[in-house]
Amino acid sequence: MSAGGEPQTTVERTVRPMPDRYRNALGKYKVNRSADCASCGDCVKLCPEGVHVKPDGYTFSLRPRDHLCLGPECAKTDHYCVAKCTKKALSMARNPTVDAMGDARWTSDLILSTWHMAETGHAPKAGLEHRTGESGGGFDRLGFNFPDRPAKVDPDKVDTGLDLNRRGDGRPQVHIDLPVYGGGMSFGSVSIHTIVGKARAAAAWNIFTCTGEGGYHDRLKPYDDHVITQVATGLFGVREDTLQRVRIVEFKYAQGAKPGLGGHLLGDKNTPAVARMREAVAGNALFSPFPFHSVYSVEDHKKHLDWIKEVNPRTLVSVKVSTPTDVDMVAVGSYYAGAHIIHLDGSYGGTGAAPDIAKKNIAMPLEYAIAKVHKFLVAEGIRDSVTLIVSGGVRTAWDVMKSIALGADGVVIGTAEMVALGCVRCACCESGRGCPRGIASTDPELMMLMSLDWATQRLINLMSAWREQMVEILVKLGIPSTRELRGRSDVLYYTKEAV
Amino acid sequence: MPDKYHIKAAATPGRFRRVGKFGSVDWREDCSRCTNCVKPRCIYDTYKKETAYNRDPSTSVVPLYECRGCLSCVQGCTKGLLGIALNPEYLSLGDAYWKPEILATTWNQADSGRIPVSGAGYRGRFHGSGFDSIWTDMSEIVRPTRDGIHGREYISTSVDIGHKPMRLSFTADGNLVGEPSALIDLPIPLILDVPPWTIGANGLGKARLAAAKALKTLSVVPAAEVAGAPADQLPYLVPMIGSEGLGTAEMILRQVRMAEFIDGSKVLEVIGQAKSVHPGLICALRLPMQATSADRILAASKAGVKVFHLWADLHGQEIGAEKPRHIKDVLREIHTRLVKEGMRDEVTLIVSGGIALAEHMAKAIICGADLVAVETSLLVALGCRVCRGVTGKTHEDHCAAEAGDLDPVYAAQRMVNLMSAWHSQLIEVLGAMGIREVRRLRGEVGRAIFKEDIEREAFGDLACK
Repeated sequence: MSAGGEPQTTVERTVRPMPDRYRNALGKYKVNRSADCASCGDCVKLCPEGVHVKPDGYTFSLRPRDHLCLGPECAKTDHYCVAKCTKKALSMARNPTVDAMGDARWTSDLILSTWHMAETGHAPKAGLEHRTGESGGGFDRLGFNFPDRPAKVDPDKVDTGLDLNRRGDGRPQVHIDLPVYGGGMSFGSVSIHTIVGKARAAAAWNIFTCTGEGGYHDRLKPYDDHVITQVATGLFGVREDTLQRVRIVEFKYAQGAKPGLGGHLLGDKNTPAVARMREAVAGNALFSPFPFHSVYSVEDHKKHLDWIKEVNPRTLVSVKVSTPTDVDMVAVGSYYAGAHIIHLDGSYGGTGAAPDIAKKNIAMPLEYAIAKVHKFLVAEGIRDSVTLIVSGGVRTAWDVMKSIALGADGVVIGTAEMVALGCVRCACCESGRGCPRGIASTDPELMMLMSLDWATQRLINLMSAWREQMVEILVKLGIPSTRELRGRSDVLYYTKEAV
Repeated sequence: MPDKYHIKAAATPGRFRRVGKFGSVDWREDCSRCTNCVKPRCIYDTYKKETAYNRDPSTSVVPLYECRGCLSCVQGCTKGLLGIALNPEYLSLGDAYWKPEILATTWNQADSGRIPVSGAGYRGRFHGSGFDSIWTDMSEIVRPTRDGIHGREYISTSVDIGHKPMRLSFTADGNLVGEPSALIDLPIPLILDVPPWTIGANGLGKARLAAAKALKTLSVVPAAEVAGAPADQLPYLVPMIGSEGLGTAEMILRQVRMAEFIDGSKVLEVIGQAKSVHPGLICALRLPMQATSADRILAASKAGVKVFHLWADLHGQEIGAEKPRHIKDVLREIHTRLVKEGMRDEVTLIVSGGIALAEHMAKAIICGADLVAVETSLLVALGCRVCRGVTGKTHEDHCAAEAGDLDPVYAAQRMVNLMSAWHSQLIEVLGAMGIREVRRLRGEVGRAIFKEDIEREAFGDLACK
């Protein structure tokens, strides 16, 4: 039973293969079989990756499942089908479509490797760069200095858990099994399958998801214990009963992708169902103004947090802020106002819709803010009394670990989850009927492109793959837990730009 | 309350051929004409539009390359026959500074006058050189005004051009010493400037002047081209006068509010002549951005010139320097020198060159400019691909913008649209910072994040490779 009196549903934390929901899975390489193929089936036996398939009773092989192909790396092995084909009927080349997807931050390799992880629950073996992008800065210039002889750490005993209440204020402890949880996405900006899929995956991994500012959907109630509900400036769907049913309430002051600009749900996405939950009129654009009109000081801010604490005596309070120049002072102010969790949202994070000028230019990228805030909290002597959660540009398990080494306790992810659900970052979430791939859309036809079970399993698999990589990094560093990695910037190096 | 400044944007589709980012690759001979075809299901109707175009290529706007790259068709085709590729023509647009993305977003803004909005997060490089190494600040709790939905409806974007004396002096009998200071109050911190290279466009000057009037700002026009300007547009015209003297421009000087004088050894004399023709004229010194610019501005300012138009090259770099600095660095130097001399508030600094996006306007002002002058972006709004006359870079063997026979009404509206979008974006930036007027943004480097500084602060203690 949750505090809201709802029976809670458990979800099994099991990795199961969950292939792409489209007919043609995209791969970095294309494997072509010419008409010279004699259908001998040797390639089927040869390829351990399962690229070639010829079901029993079939005369011809199926179209190669080339998204599983390792690419030119495979030529070094003894199972390179192109070389072994007796009829020379097979060829392999880079898929030109891949060049048309992705960008500097989310390269096509990162998208495809995230898809691979969501499909298999493991990091790709070769051929795909799954750790960093090509943005030329921040996480993409940070690396780990792995020691030659690390202290021995048993991978099975590595601890990736995190306690979120460090204030010692008598409120319940909230423990999560991964230093990662899902970011706020409102009903309206994304489909119900996306929302519930995220919540089910959060329940499976004993982490959290967040409602965003769109109200608390009834279908989230079976997962109350893993839901953070958001109080943002528009106060859409915020009611006492929603605040009372959760273990964490999040105040959203600003969003990294559009800091200082408030929220904006375009009229097209404000369908009758969305409007009902937001207690608004369907079809109208809905604005969350910036900032909270009742907050002009730390004292006002404290008044807000006290309100929530009064309404729900057992909840923790998280404060989500963006990354201005004085982000360190903002963090300290939030601590003294009574926040359990300070959530920094860096400027390169995702959004359903934001002005391009804001995404690129306003507020500092997350990497800088983590280091700045961590150092300041340490200097103030309050670092161990508050949990620092960061988001806005955390794309991979490696980014998670770099964030923690820079000083964060944990991270919140958003885009990575969307990519696991099939997002290609075409940036069309906001236009017309919404996401053409049915993830960030409330269009009745488009949202049916994705089933709830599929979404749940993809996210469970992704988290599993990320945890494997976190453990791998910790073992190589000789550090037994993510908690002990926090603030260990000595294990990082920074690649300076060539002058 | 004074009238709110409002720019009348109106949808004005471009009359030039668009170059899109994606092209579809369709392996049609293997198509089985199945009933499960993905093409009719494209939610953007890209394939339907292409089919319509193929049937009637005389349609005014070519719909090719409208693909958004969602890859739904590529992944959904029964036989896997479709692919999407980056359009090589798109990639070859512009140059290293005027990137294809800048041209495409400028075209879109000139179409509608709206702020570019998109889903998903930022997609570009972490940082770059020049303006791309600056982030602007935001404020968590301060909102600039209490009016309107966003609290930023009444943010002022007005700036003044002219001499702003720090104090007034009076004679013993109470009369003002000297002439009262004339100021031009512009509602938007930008003026329209002449293109940085010669193009044979008849209507361009007319369009720019009409746009300046619509925007209530100014348009710089070479003195040789001012003849024939409509009388109602003269207050928005800024003749650009060479160092050879006033010449035929003398007549027009009586009717305009401001003139620019190209820097030269005799420029102060020419300005003196202009002042004698029209005492209230605001005289700006137009000078290239060079290593000596700060010295020159200080000297000229002491000699009585109080408005400067500093122009950099197309990429925002110093002119003629071996290792040119970007305007952000030069502006910071000039601004700081003027502050130290106690003269900053007296002079007006206009900067041009490399102002390609709305964010560049905001960042140039943060670095110390009062306002910017826009030139190349106005051409881009008309379809220019910044090939600068290198015809090999355009698809057909003539100017992509068809600048030769420009319709001034159409061109002016596209310029107005673009500036409308820029104005709205400037307000977004000011609103996020909690600043209620753009005058206060000038030189506010403390409300910006410079890459060099923040990197030292955040990563200074990390091991480096």
